[in-house]
Amino acid sequence: MSSPGDEHIATSSQTVGPYFSFGLTTNAALGQLTPAGTPGGRLRLIVRILDGQAAPVPDAMIELWHPDHAGRSLFGRLGTDTTGTCVFEIPPLVSSRESGDAAHLNLCLFMRGLLRHLYTRVYVPGDAAGNDVAVHDAILARVPQYRRQTLMATPVPDSPGTWRFDVRLQGEHETVFFDL
Amino acid sequence: MTTKTGTQPPLLYPPYGSSIHRAPAQALIRLPQNFSDFAAPVYGFRDVGGVDADLTRQHPGEPLGERIIVSGHVRDEDGRPVRNTLVEIWQANAAGRYAHAVDTHPAPLDPNFTGAGRTITDEEGRYQFVTIKPGAYPWRNHSNAWRPQHIHFSLFGTSFISRLVTQMYFPGDPLFEFDPIFQSIRDARARERMIARFDLSLTQPEWALGYRFDIVLRGSHSTPFEERT
Repeated sequence: MSSPGDEHIATSSQTVGPYFSFGLTTNAALGQLTPAGTPGGRLRLIVRILDGQAAPVPDAMIELWHPDHAGRSLFGRLGTDTTGTCVFEIPPLVSSRESGDAAHLNLCLFMRGLLRHLYTRVYVPGDAAGNDVAVHDAILARVPQYRRQTLMATPVPDSPGTWRFDVRLQGEHETVFFDL
Repeated sequence: MTTKTGTQPPLLYPPYGSSIHRAPAQALIRLPQNFSDFAAPVYGFRDVGGVDADLTRQHPGEPLGERIIVSGHVRDEDGRPVRNTLVEIWQANAAGRYAHAVDTHPAPLDPNFTGAGRTITDEEGRYQFVTIKPGAYPWRNHSNAWRPQHIHFSLFGTSFISRLVTQMYFPGDPLFEFDPIFQSIRDARARERMIARFDLSLTQPEWALGYRFDIVLRGSHSTPFEERT
């Protein structure tokens, strides 16, 4: 029903709804951003989604995007389980001293209740090369100091190479989301 | 939080009850443009085969319902075709039931219909699916709430910023005015662009009705959602 002049306006977003899993998250291999045996090893990233009542969100879809050195994006996509959680295997992340870009992943979040998807960043403090250039990161610089902690993955005690990232949709520690 | 032109939905839209505890309360933080236009993944290509785009041939028997062809162009905001991009769809069956454990609507499942499809756009940005017209179904958003008939779409496009999840509706649906998801788009023309057009030239005699649904993805020159004028 589009009219002339309307055709180049971006199509409106609509919610992914509650029933996407049989279409979008049937491939468990998409939990691995890097194939097994990739040099440099892998990290585990446990992502959990909590709603405004601090209840786990069991019907969210999480996508991780990570541009590699060849300019292509590594990609992961999983649905959350009944505890609002999913576990990705990710490559070791490296900060860039040149650009000041601190080690991070791009995270897209889709769920019933979100009429359009949310975007945030997962920073893994202290990168694989032992650098911590977060202080120079241009995106973190846009975030008020008191909210930056919401973008930091935290190490899981007694589980080397495993990080946890909680997304809080609302509340005192609401995660920072970005507008593209 | 609202968009200025109303062509994209707000995050908090109280008539849509699920948004109340799930929409962020704080304002989004703007990113510089060059931080959001990196390339989309080369994902899904190897797995896509013939029956993936024909949802009526994924089981031994034929599904019940009205057979339809859904086709259209995917373009960017400059009108250029978006080639070789993954298009994923999912939908309810003709009775309005999803092949999903959480869907408890007491309508029959169809053993010959799953309702999930995928394809890749061609060199001119075209895609085409053969499927069954989905039924309307009830939900618990408000008293006597029913979703209009719709097919869910997910697309990548060329970059991070072009990622889109949307829903395609059918012409003349009497449920539009009661549906908060459809009505979350304030701009009437933008709502109409989510409605497929019946297309007799796409319709195949003695076989299937044709619906055309063109999609425009955001490009790297886009302005942010919150600031569109």
